[in-house]
Amino acid sequence: MTEEFDKKGRAGEPAGLEALDPTLKQALGEFKASVHAWSEAELGRTRTARQGVVHRTWRLAASWSLAGLMLAGTLGGGLYERHESQARAATAAVEAARERAAAEQQAREQEQKEEEILASVDTEVSSEVPNAMEPLAILGDETESQQKQ
Amino acid sequence: MARAEDDAAQAFSRVVENHRLPIFRFLLASTRDVDLAETLTQECFLKAHRNWGSFRGESSAMTWLMRIAINLQKDHWRNRRLQFWRQTRTNAVDLDEASDWLPSGESSAEQRLLARERVEHVWRAVEGLSERQRTVFVLRFVEELELSEIATSTGLSEGTVKAHLSRALARVRTELGGQR
Repeated sequence: MTEEFDKKGRAGEPAGLEALDPTLKQALGEFKASVHAWSEAELGRTRTARQGVVHRTWRLAASWSLAGLMLAGTLGGGLYERHESQARAATAAVEAARERAAAEQQAREQEQKEEEILASVDTEVSSEVPNAMEPLAILGDETESQQKQ
Repeated sequence: MARAEDDAAQAFSRVVENHRLPIFRFLLASTRDVDLAETLTQECFLKAHRNWGSFRGESSAMTWLMRIAINLQKDHWRNRRLQFWRQTRTNAVDLDEASDWLPSGESSAEQRLLARERVEHVWRAVEGLSERQRTVFVLRFVEELELSEIATSTGLSEGTVKAHLSRALARVRTELGGQR
């Protein structure tokens, strides 16, 4: 394989190139010509090259700025979302506490009402029998004692 | 004394004039990055100027300068601070754009299209080469240096240069084989 580089080439051709197959030889020749044309053009247009540098610098700055904006947006969005969820959680907790307090209040009121009813019943039960009803009460007591006997 | 200095300065100016383009071209073909190639070319001549007094003329000015350029390029890629940029290659021109530069001899549009495709395939193969293979390939087929000159510039033996060239050519053949 390396023998193809040992031969001395024709004038204007690198040594060994003539030993290569035509397609490869042609491609290498075109590649060389392409690189020569490119480098000569680049060296010949210093001004344009500077412009290219400016464009590249601008492009680099723009891409970094965009990346920064995207990062800030992502972080901002994340923070906002976190803040929102915290606010929602706080509101829900306040609402739950309020509902709990209302339920407790209602239960307390209900309990108080029941206590009041019971107290009024007790009062009514323990009150003396009116005089007008006394004979009936005695009669009731007598009937009861006879039945026992 | 002053006259000797003037002569040395003139001699160095001639060296810059004669070798600026080949050095820039080699660096451009190796990196595909115009800015980097320009920077490294300037650094190369700056370094050469500093060491001009120690240049004995044992090798040609071309191989001496090429050796400096190769080392600068190696140092550049080895620089740890630039590892990130090495991965991204932000300023390197893409293969498509690099292949737009065509020899002007092609007559028909079809011929130009085919030539462009071939050039792109070679660029693709060059991109896949190791740093050393790429250096040897560019020095041989773009700069058309002799094997002995490549060996001197790279510090490799001629046998190693041949082996690198064979592998590089095999890669180009494979790449072109996909096209045919």
